[in-house]
Amino acid sequence: MSFDYDKYLRPGKLPHIWCPGCGHGIVMKGLIRAIDTLGLEKDNTAIVSGIGCASRLPGYLDFCTLHTAHGRAAAFATGVKMAKPEMNVILVGGDGDGTAIGGNHFIHACRRNIDMTYIIMNNNIYGMTGGQFSPCTPTGALASTTVYGNPDPAFDVAKLAIGAGATFVARGTAYHATQIDKLIVEAVQHKGFSVVEILDDCPTTYGRRNKYKSVIEMMNRLKDVAVPVKAAEKMTAEQLQGKILTGVLHKEERPHYTDEYAKVIARASK
Amino acid sequence: MAKKVAFLQGNEAAAQGALYAGCSFFGGYPITPSTEVAEVLSIELPKVGGKFIQMEDEIGAMAAIIGASLTGAKVLTSTSGPGLSLKQELIGYACIAETPAVIYNVMRGGPSTGMPTGPSQSDVMCAKWGTHGDHAAICLVPASVQEIFEETVRAFNLAEKYRMPVMIMPDEIGAHMRERIVIPEPGELEVINRTAPSVPPAEYKPYDTKFGDVPPLAAFGSGYRFHVTGLNKAEDGFPTTKAALVQAEEERQIRKVDANIDDIVTFEEYLLDDCEVAVVAFGSTSRSARFAVNEARKAGIKAGMFRIKTFWPFPDKQISALATKVKAIITPEMNLGMCTGEVKRCSAGNAPVSGIFRVDGEPINPTQILEKIKEVM
Amino acid sequence: MSQRYEIRFSGAGGQGLILAGVIMAEAASIYDGKQAVQSQSYGPEARGGASKSEVIISDTAIDYPKATIVDALLALTQEAADKYSHDLKEGGVLLIDSDLVKRIPAGNFKTVAFPIINTAKIEVGREIVANIVALGAMVALTGVVTKEGAEKAVLARVPEAFMELNKKAFQTGYDKALAAMA
Repeated sequence: MSFDYDKYLRPGKLPHIWCPGCGHGIVMKGLIRAIDTLGLEKDNTAIVSGIGCASRLPGYLDFCTLHTAHGRAAAFATGVKMAKPEMNVILVGGDGDGTAIGGNHFIHACRRNIDMTYIIMNNNIYGMTGGQFSPCTPTGALASTTVYGNPDPAFDVAKLAIGAGATFVARGTAYHATQIDKLIVEAVQHKGFSVVEILDDCPTTYGRRNKYKSVIEMMNRLKDVAVPVKAAEKMTAEQLQGKILTGVLHKEERPHYTDEYAKVIARASK
Repeated sequence: MAKKVAFLQGNEAAAQGALYAGCSFFGGYPITPSTEVAEVLSIELPKVGGKFIQMEDEIGAMAAIIGASLTGAKVLTSTSGPGLSLKQELIGYACIAETPAVIYNVMRGGPSTGMPTGPSQSDVMCAKWGTHGDHAAICLVPASVQEIFEETVRAFNLAEKYRMPVMIMPDEIGAHMRERIVIPEPGELEVINRTAPSVPPAEYKPYDTKFGDVPPLAAFGSGYRFHVTGLNKAEDGFPTTKAALVQAEEERQIRKVDANIDDIVTFEEYLLDDCEVAVVAFGSTSRSARFAVNEARKAGIKAGMFRIKTFWPFPDKQISALATKVKAIITPEMNLGMCTGEVKRCSAGNAPVSGIFRVDGEPINPTQILEKIKEVM
Repeated sequence: MSQRYEIRFSGAGGQGLILAGVIMAEAASIYDGKQAVQSQSYGPEARGGASKSEVIISDTAIDYPKATIVDALLALTQEAADKYSHDLKEGGVLLIDSDLVKRIPAGNFKTVAFPIINTAKIEVGREIVANIVALGAMVALTGVVTKEGAEKAVLARVPEAFMELNKKAFQTGYDKALAAMA
């Protein structure tokens, strides 16, 4: 029997706003399957986002959903989680929202190791506003504000998260659809701040400008560039040139924030 | 039983008032001259199972309290001018998403960093016009330590009752001075709690006008699932661009305050019965005004004071009436004419309005006001 | 205005002057049953810089919380003495640290001087209680709060382990001021 996505979708809210060929829908389906596997209660799960194409995702899902302001998902979600630690809190958003305007909240959520999962859909561009370069746009790439080629270097979102203190960091791609839910399941199960970066595509504002002839070509790019961490161990530096590691990149156990604050309450109540 | 008496700083009284009102979540960022609120609540909130979080910046603090409010908590942040500017986008978010929150802002002057340890009253316009878009505003301007306590409680009540952000703005003098206060017993001051939905989850809509202009707000995690957004939304909480719906929702959000002005606006009339020259003042400046009015009375001048306790909504009706009654109005304020402009608007030429403005980090002293009273009479 | 009594504690940031003012005001409003307001102004520095703490004491409600004409002024540094003595009332009282304030401000007021900080350091044993020595002296010089009320207010503000030290500091300041005035 095929998987029943409707069980988790809000009736009457589709079609979604995403363009044909966009990977966000693949990620949403992965998230739904992960939630189903995990058995998360709808009433006890908050899905929080910022602004942008990816941030429209919570509106389609039948949970406690919070579509915040640009860049602020992690800070709003921190308030939700602190006030109600028993809730499952999942954040979704794009690369510009999360690492540019929301960069400060992102790194501090990592540092606090607050027990939430952040799914960043990295399509290397500000899609909703029409294709301006983001902190994740590769150097030299074309965007509506880098018509002479992007002079900026790009963030490595996973490395940024690890450096800032996230205790679970994984990367997948919109091409490797079945891996997405596995990564999200593991991320949500992890106690602490978990980050799942999904390499995504934006055929409309990135693909066309950067000479990708079709969505298929963009999807093939994701397929070609991804190397699972296990496989990478057996590869030479030369072979890894231009590749991007996927899978669970980092995992450690460290006290997480709401547990630590519960200890503060215990100390203060003495 | 003897009343609990304490000698408290204004900021400490605000923290105590918040606890009295049932605040269970504080999100903040350190800033002079309001930090004491955070310091006290970092100690007191965990004692009662509440949560204190120092966020990475002012915007994050505002975001965190909105998030916490949506789980049903009564929430507070404290800040001062630069922080208030930074929070503005999310104050607008709290307005459109109709999320109760209290913003305690100590006025220290500006623009920008200004004079961090000097007093000012120049954030009152920022309280109404700081965030973009049309929205209602409630801003309280207490004048004593006792009043900071009581008005903090009222700020929470108004935020919960009208489902919106409410600002309470003492100036630096009120926030940092210490006075004796009598802590009210539990039950002595009214404490308003959020109205819970009366319909089952399946029928719940977060902006359901069937329940009036202030629809009940459910809490995340309480069995009600709904969507919250900063986009213009319909009654069900989902974004809409349908013109009629957007217009109606916007108008309702303004109306919930406009139609309840008499419930919200508070003021004090001091020696106004036979008054010929009225001083309209607020915050710590009203203390200088009262001093000056008393001195003027001793000199045989029929002076009085109208003290603004609720700056927004502005007491339009009362000031208009006052202007038809007195020969002159004096408006001392620690800014360059923000309240004066409003008083001029309301008095509509019926009485001449003379401002006394100071932005040098010094308070307006009673002598300045007394001289102006003598000058205009 | 006659009912208002205005006291200003001034010196450098970190000398504990705000606390001295708070204790004086608490003595008046909590223990002596009067009205009191304490306020302060300070610079951006946590230590150093000119700092002042003002206390208004009255039998009736206090409107203007800042000083108008100061009845009694404490100056623990030269900078404070220069900056904050301009509005000291005729016939008022000025208390200075005789080691630190060498140029005594001119004016028609009574000046009382003794080495406040050194008294704390040498006679009481800890420089940190110089503010309490100064407070004891101001209580003696002004007579605006009762000695008993002030002592209670001091003890209510200090940790158990430092009660004796602060008691001694307060009494020493009180005695020194009376001796210096005589």
